[in-house]
Amino acid sequence: MANFSASTFEAVTCPACGLLCDDVRIERDTTSLLKVSDKGCAKCVTFFERAIQTSSPSVGGKTVSLTEAVSKAAEILRGTNQPLFAGLGTEVHGMRSVLSLADKVGATLDHMNAYSNFRNTLVVQNSGWQVTTLTEVRNRVDLLLVIGTDIVSHNPRFFERNIWNKESMFDQDTSAREVVYLGGQNTDTSAGISPKGIKPTVLPCDLERLPEVVAALRAIISGKSLIASEIAGIKTSDLESLSERLKAAKYSVVTWVSSDLNIAHAELTIQNITELVIKLNAKTRSSGLPLGGSEGDYSVNQTSTWTSGYAVRSRFARKHPEYDPHHFSAEQLLANGEADALLWVSEFNPDKTPPKVNIPKIVIGHANMQANDADVFIPVSTAGIDHAGTIFRIDSSVSLPLAKLRESRLPSLVEVIAAIEAGL
Amino acid sequence: MLIKLSGGKVYDPAHQVDGKVMDIYIRDGRIVSRPRDDETIDQTFNLSGKVVMAGAIDMHTHIGGGKVNIARMMLPEDHRADPSQHSALCRSGCGHAAPSTFTTGYRYAEMGYTAAFEPALSPVNARQSHLEMGDTPIIDKGGYAMIGSDDYFLRMLAAKKDQNAINDYVAWIMHASQAIGIKVVNPGGISAFKFNQRALDLDEQNSHYQVTPREVLKALSRAVHELGVPHPLHVHGNNLGVPGNMETTLKTMGASEGYPLHLTHIQFHSYGTEGDRKFSSGAAQIAEAINKNKHISADVGQILFNQTVTASGDNMHQFANSTLGSPRKSVIMDIECDSGCGVVPFKYKDQNFVNALQWAIGLEIFLLTDDPWRVFLTTDHPNGAPFTSYPHLIKLLMDKTFRNDMFAKLNLDAQAMSTLTSLDREYSLYDIAIMTRAGAAKLVGLHDRGHLGIGAGADITVYTDNPDREKMFEKPDYVFKDGELVVKDGQVVKVTWGHTHTVKPEFDRGIEKDIKKYFDSYHTMNMENFKVSSEEIAEGGRGGVVVQACEGRREKSL
Repeated sequence: MANFSASTFEAVTCPACGLLCDDVRIERDTTSLLKVSDKGCAKCVTFFERAIQTSSPSVGGKTVSLTEAVSKAAEILRGTNQPLFAGLGTEVHGMRSVLSLADKVGATLDHMNAYSNFRNTLVVQNSGWQVTTLTEVRNRVDLLLVIGTDIVSHNPRFFERNIWNKESMFDQDTSAREVVYLGGQNTDTSAGISPKGIKPTVLPCDLERLPEVVAALRAIISGKSLIASEIAGIKTSDLESLSERLKAAKYSVVTWVSSDLNIAHAELTIQNITELVIKLNAKTRSSGLPLGGSEGDYSVNQTSTWTSGYAVRSRFARKHPEYDPHHFSAEQLLANGEADALLWVSEFNPDKTPPKVNIPKIVIGHANMQANDADVFIPVSTAGIDHAGTIFRIDSSVSLPLAKLRESRLPSLVEVIAAIEAGL
Repeated sequence: MLIKLSGGKVYDPAHQVDGKVMDIYIRDGRIVSRPRDDETIDQTFNLSGKVVMAGAIDMHTHIGGGKVNIARMMLPEDHRADPSQHSALCRSGCGHAAPSTFTTGYRYAEMGYTAAFEPALSPVNARQSHLEMGDTPIIDKGGYAMIGSDDYFLRMLAAKKDQNAINDYVAWIMHASQAIGIKVVNPGGISAFKFNQRALDLDEQNSHYQVTPREVLKALSRAVHELGVPHPLHVHGNNLGVPGNMETTLKTMGASEGYPLHLTHIQFHSYGTEGDRKFSSGAAQIAEAINKNKHISADVGQILFNQTVTASGDNMHQFANSTLGSPRKSVIMDIECDSGCGVVPFKYKDQNFVNALQWAIGLEIFLLTDDPWRVFLTTDHPNGAPFTSYPHLIKLLMDKTFRNDMFAKLNLDAQAMSTLTSLDREYSLYDIAIMTRAGAAKLVGLHDRGHLGIGAGADITVYTDNPDREKMFEKPDYVFKDGELVVKDGQVVKVTWGHTHTVKPEFDRGIEKDIKKYFDSYHTMNMENFKVSSEEIAEGGRGGVVVQACEGRREKSL
């Protein structure tokens, strides 16, 4: 590895989770290795501090030039009728390119997180919702209700940055904020302990019974009285007390992580959450806050929505975009033999590898990815490390620039897709 | 490349040209004077008998940003009915109420529009607005930065900061968000809603900051004026959609104490409380006040009957309206202590009393206001109707018989409450060219657009003079964008990237020290990341940023 000058970068945006903390400090040494020197969480460190591997494009497992690999990828796509583009771990500009190519070859699109993201999308499309964004939470929340998740497995710095922040716009004593965890078993609730040591309220139940509990809470908030004295092990009186506190709060925030709600028809439980929020707004203020987010999922959905009208899962087979979150699942299309080539994209994460398939497989992946079984493998540089990019935060309202922190000898996803498109 | 547009009937109100037969020459994207006789003309278009105007400019249309994308995501059922096919030239997409970006660009161009302005660019969401507009081909675009409920500004007002400091902040916002204007939505009200206030009248205080909408309007209209920004403060008033709100609107006209104001989608703010249903037309009083107050301009925000979606920064009123939506769903958001949004699908019906009267009120305002340089043709896309219905609206304005035929189909109670059929006025082609070209360019501050003078950008639309004005305006013969033929017979023949128009008023950059401290204390984003760079906008070979001239500081306050 050639020598580069060492450097320090302040205020770097971290795309490792949906929070997009942009206060991270990164040091680069003379071999281009990066070190997170301030404000890093475990996910952030993993993302920035990966060892640099010298991977090369390959066709059928044999090292080839980039031109050969691109030309083979174009050849595969030229010969397909129903190509599937999946994984899609990228940011806005990468997704712009993916959409352009998909439009040309009539591909079906599925993001690796779509299985859980569409639980939220279906609610927006069915009833809508009332939600807020991180800076509002940081400055206004007085009661945080966390449903079916610990948050921090997904968004490690959520409490540090948005709940236990010292300063707030409206001179609130943030350490007096109330935190309630509802649902789940053995949830790590330590992040919900206030700086003064006040423990959060925890109302546990089995995940499978969360739908009942949330429905009961919505019913109570809506003024219905329940006959049952407990639901899934939670006392009705505890839910009634929670309802009263939500009604008394000036700005409660109710949050969930769709990927933690692995229950049948999770969208109906999310809808019960968002409808109870709307109910609370009849008298006071309350907002929902979907959390989680990774692998550029929100960027992919936003870009796809303005470009085609639809979030993924979508397809371009009939020369216009179509949307179906159920039928266009990559897993299902592959299982049913309804795709005749797979293009897998994961520029952020080498561990997000494609499924095993018996159709031609093109992988455009992180430099450290192992993809020996791919017909074509093209390692690409990573947005936010090797080249600039743009990425959306979990609250969808904020998008941030991703910085270039070092030189890379690898092409970007945008360059690779453009070359494939030119070779069609 | 020298192009001659030969012998068309030209309507160019910026130069008082009203249907004169003349030749126009284009070189390198600009309109040039008649070449010397020895110069070779590369291409001639014989436009004998055709109508020639500058490319049309939509000065208020929601085409890019968070709430538009929420509207898109929310309405797969609306998109399914209007798919747009991939072709050799054009990307696929979808149309109707909240069209995809590529389709938006093509359809505007195919209608003879060459520029469109997003009026509610939330500074914290500016990057997204520009990304979406960046994927909107052919047409030029730009945005008005929406402030007035942002915590930083309301703090300044509450602390009685001097006007110069407010001017510096407003200028800083315009630079950071790459805007060409400043908009205020429900002044102070989006913030008030976060403190659980459900209404905020012009002289009512925001409960936290103890600041009234009147104070917001005065400070911002003065800032915009003193900074030399050509576009006056763009105002979405306090009581959108509320019966009786015409009183607020009339008072709002005086709130700026003479500083220019543009009152947007004024139809939604022109309601009285007369009649059995306590809902009546305030068009006559509103139009009279516009005619009298020369510092006021307005766009109408006409409603037309069909399915659409309303998308606004006004989360306070959109929350109140959310139960009226059809289909019944809504997204209401508080955003970053900066702004908010509310998206509610709506179906306007001609047999619904309120909707029918709204339709009549919009047209009454068009017909009762005297000066087409101060009244603009909008549907507040998509709030009143999708922009694709403009040709229909133009026909309603130009053809009294057609208008009265449509009126006769309305809800009878609404008919009884409207004076529309007594209004004989028919807009002329010259009037339409003012409203949609010369006047709009002047209002937005596009010095080289909206007219056909020497040096102007060669954005030109050519129509066949058809007495059916809807047919005429929905399918131009030719559209030139920066001198390139982009549309022929109503079809895109070439796809280009338009420019992003901005202004960059001068200001004291010292203010950034305090803003940085504020971001570090309270925000979840770094101040530097709040700023959208010109490089981001020009990414991937897209049309870059054009900086339109500011007139320079006017009467700097001491």
